Order: sequence, then structure tokens, then C-alpha cells
Amino acid sequence: MGVGIEVHGLNAWYGKNLALNSIDMSVPANHVTAVIGPSGCGKSTFVRCLNRMHETIPEAYAEGSVKVGEMDVYGSGSDPVEVRRRIGMVFQKPNPFPTMSIYGNVAAGLKLNGFRNRKQMDELVERSLRLAALWDEVKDNLHKKSGASLSGGQQQRLCIARALAVEPEVLLMDEPASALDPISTSKIEELIFQLKQHYTVVIVTHNMQQAARVAELTGFFLMGSLIEYDKTEKIFTTPADKRTEDYVTGRFG
Amino acid sequence: MSDSVKPMNSPEPLGQLPKPVTSMPSLAKVEAGHRAHTPSAVLAKIRTSHPRSSRVPDQIFGVIILLSAISVFAIVVLVVWELVSKSQLSLHQFGLKFFYGHDWDPVNGNFGAMPFIYGTLVSSLLALVLAVPLSVGVAVFITEMCPQSLRAIISFLVELLAAIPSVIYGLWAIFVLAPLLRVYVEPFLAKTLGWTGLFSGTPYGLGMLAAGIILAIMIVPIIASITREVLIAVPQNQREAVLALGATRWEMIRIGVLRNARIGIVGGIILGLGRALGETMAVTMVIGNTPQIAKSLFAPGYTMASVIANEFSEATGDLYLSALVEIGLALFLVTLVVNALARLLVWSITGGTARVRA
Repeated sequence: MGVGIEVHGLNAWYGKNLALNSIDMSVPANHVTAVIGPSGCGKSTFVRCLNRMHETIPEAYAEGSVKVGEMDVYGSGSDPVEVRRRIGMVFQKPNPFPTMSIYGNVAAGLKLNGFRNRKQMDELVERSLRLAALWDEVKDNLHKKSGASLSGGQQQRLCIARALAVEPEVLLMDEPASALDPISTSKIEELIFQLKQHYTVVIVTHNMQQAARVAELTGFFLMGSLIEYDKTEKIFTTPADKRTEDYVTGRFG
Repeated sequence: MSDSVKPMNSPEPLGQLPKPVTSMPSLAKVEAGHRAHTPSAVLAKIRTSHPRSSRVPDQIFGVIILLSAISVFAIVVLVVWELVSKSQLSLHQFGLKFFYGHDWDPVNGNFGAMPFIYGTLVSSLLALVLAVPLSVGVAVFITEMCPQSLRAIISFLVELLAAIPSVIYGLWAIFVLAPLLRVYVEPFLAKTLGWTGLFSGTPYGLGMLAAGIILAIMIVPIIASITREVLIAVPQNQREAVLALGATRWEMIRIGVLRNARIGIVGGIILGLGRALGETMAVTMVIGNTPQIAKSLFAPGYTMASVIANEFSEATGDLYLSALVEIGLALFLVTLVVNALARLLVWSITGGTARVRA
């Protein structure tokens, strides 16, 4: 089951550049929450702070309080490796491991966790691929085909399966469909809708229709600040802030 | 970042932005528009001149490229032809026995290449064993762990190693490396690993071990700089993919970087091996130049390149000269076989996945 995320006073820097300015946000468990905003507004930085991927960029760092369930992500005893094991992430560009088979890709996270039981691994790989709605398309070529031989949309679903295999509590998606064609996009969106039964999903998107279609809650970022955060319907129909209204009606960005 | 978002705050430019397009013009309308439109004079000129101007340069270009491709092939054929024709005498006299014969006795006209083939292979193999882990380590440090400020300096130093003439390496080996080996390293190896038989006998300092070490130092810059380039070329998203699964830094390097770069790394190793097989000067200065096959790495040896360099000018008699040319042919064949084996190795470890690699 998913867990909720509580963010308080989160600041993020790239060197001397402040990219996120004291963000407070509360993401409920087992919901899909969308993060929208124009390019460079900090929405990707925000989700990358949730699983401490932000700090893997040279000179980038973040401070503040992020609680994922009971876990204090930026607490003094927190280990980024452990954080990332419990929070899955899917990136903008599909990035399967090209030297591994489809099976190998999905099992990669399990193997990293020291998982060795072959039979259980087979089951987990199948379960993950089914969850990612890819099983029927690849079940005959699990070991024969490389992860890179799939189409772009299949690759992205493979990446989702890879992230799900380690049974995370939260799934972060950074513009997961922006590099895909409309049919693949709709498959991914349908999938996101299904996933919220088991996971808490936070999705970054620059496609407002997509946010409206998949998310129950939407946060609007601008220049590193969270301008407005409310039910998706409210954000798109009667936003409280003028800037949100300008953005969702297509007047800028 | 701050100045790129500025316009969004000021209300004036927002009003001037065009309204979003609500409907696309139909295809028929677009095509009709094209037909009705008369191209400008410039466009018309470009359109009429384009086919003529592109075809001829393309053909010239094609011929030039084809010639360069053929020239590589022609050079190889010429080299082999020359080697075979100049070694006819020795080929007829000894036949295949030349390649596995152990005797090298110019006085009595007995020639066998085995000690030299052995010396070349063992010294090069030793060099690879020492150089590959070191080079890959250097490359990983430069690309993955080194502070940005040190990166350029270390890369420069590594490449500087490649620019040092081999005779300088040879001198350094005679005056610095060999005494070190004789006094410290070889007695220590004999004491701890002497039972293997590989490290026994008199520690001369000069010998197969010294040759292997000096070759290793010489091929490190080649393998390290190629490996560095290959590692840099691994997309950042591969590293992120592994990290996001909850990998430690070492796991990230192993799965996200080295695994993706393995074909390129093997390519770098093959180039380094090519240099080690053919290296002449430094090896000649330290290997001891004794045509023998000894199990101990302390013992002196001889390589194919060294014997050609040492004896070509003093080769009296046609058979002696012919035998030396045939050594050259043997070196060529050994290089060919080693390269083929390396390709086979790449092909077998990557299986079918090498072809689909982006």
C-alpha cells in the first residue's frame, strides 16, 4: 500500500541558484497527484528532492523536511540508498538497461536488493510486468530480447515495471509520457490510474490535459514556488490565484 | 533561471500572445494553398539548380571515400605480399617447423621462432594483466568520482604518459625499475609466490617481468583514455536509472556504467594489446634478449620485434635475413590471431545484445 508524503519548508539549490523556495505540500496516500508549471519552474526538481535524486547532480543540494510515511527522508540518520529503494522513479526519457534482457531489466532492482530466489523472482517479474500492462506483449521474449529492442512506449512501461518490482511505497514519475506517441501515452495514463490502488503516485507533467485526466490533486509551480495546490477540478475550473488561471487557460508557459 | 521566467510576471506581454489554435485547417485547404502559391525567384533558382549541383559532388565524394577504403586493404595486402616474398628462402628451408622450432642459431643456420613468439605473447599478456585493472580504475576515477577541478589535470597527465618516447621508458626501466625489481620486488615475490614456479631463479632485475611492467606502463594511457571516453559517452539517464532503484555508488558504476561500456572498454584493451605486441625499443632494453623459453618470469627472454631490431643490421647471409623477415610475418600473424580472438570474445560476451545497442 502507498503512504502519504509531508513536505515542509523544502529548499533546493543548484550551486548558488535557489530552485525551490520553501515548499509545503501534503500528498495523500493512494492518490495520483500532478505537478504542473512552465519549464524551469522547479517541478522536476521538486520530485527529485522527494527521493534524494536531486543531490546526485554535482553541487546540487536540498534542505527541509520530507516525510514519506514514517520515513524522514532528510533526517540525520537517513541513507539516500535506502530512501530510493522505497521510492520508485520513472524518468522522462525511457531508460531501460540496453545490455540486459527484458527479464534482466525488471529483475535488476531485485538483484540489487540481494534477492536470489529464482522462483520468487520469476513471479515478481511477471507480476510487475502485468502491473505495467506489458506482460502480454513481451512474455514470449523475456530472456531473448534486450530491453532496448522494444518500442518507446513499451520501454517506458518496462521502466515502470522495473520500478514496481522492488515494491516501492511511492512512485514518482517525471514527465513519463512526454517522449511518447498518443497511443502509448494513453496506455501509460490508464496505467497510472490503475496504479493508485497500490501506490501513491506523484506525476510531473507539462501536459495539462494529462494532469486533468489522471490526477485527483494538482499543484501549480512557478519560479520555484508552489503557487496553488488543490483538487484538480478546482485548479482547472476555479483557481484561487490569478497566475494559476493564466497558466491553465494557456495564456503563458 | 530568474530572468528566463521574468516575462510571465509582467502582464503586458501576456496580452499580446496569440490565442491558442483551436482548429487545424483541413488538408485539402493546405494543398490548394500550396498550388496557388508561386515560388519566389530565389526559391525557383534553388529548385532548378539543386539536382545538377548535388549529383556530381556526391559522385566525386563517393569515389574519394571508396579509394581511401580500398587503400587500407591494399596496404595490408602489400605488407603480407612483401613479407611472404622476402621470406621465401626460410619458408622453403624450414616449412612450418620455423614457427614451433626452439633453436635460434645463426652460426649454424638453424632458425626457429618459438622463443620469440613466446616472449612476445607472455610479455604482452603480463602487461595486460597489470594494465587493465589500473587503466579502468583510472578512467572510473576520472569520470565518476574525481572533483571537477582535478579532472582535467589527471586526464592531461595520463595522456602525457602516451607522449613519452619509448626509449625514455627503456632508460627509466634500466636505471630505476630494474634495480627496484632486483633489490625489493623479485626477492619478495620469490619468497611469497616462489612455489608457483613463476617467480623463481636469480633475480636479475632485467627480464620478462621488467618487460611486462614497462609495457603495462606504456599501454595504461591508451586503455585509460579510451575507457574514459567510453564511460563519458554512457548516457546520464543510465546512471540515474540504477541510482533510483536504490543502488550504492559502486553498484551504479558496475551496472549503470561499466556494463554499458564493456564493448568500448574491450576495444580499448585491444588497441593497448596491439601496442604491447609491437613495442620494440623499451622491451629490447629490458627483456634481456636471450632466445629461451623459461617458466620463471625473472628469466630473460626475447620478443619478435626485439630480435628484428637487434639482428637485422648484422644479418649476414640470405637465409638469416629471410628468417628475420619471416619473424616479421609471424608477428603479423600473431597480431591477427590475437585481434580475431578478442573480437570473438566481445561477440560471445555480448551475445545478441551488442547489435541493438543504441
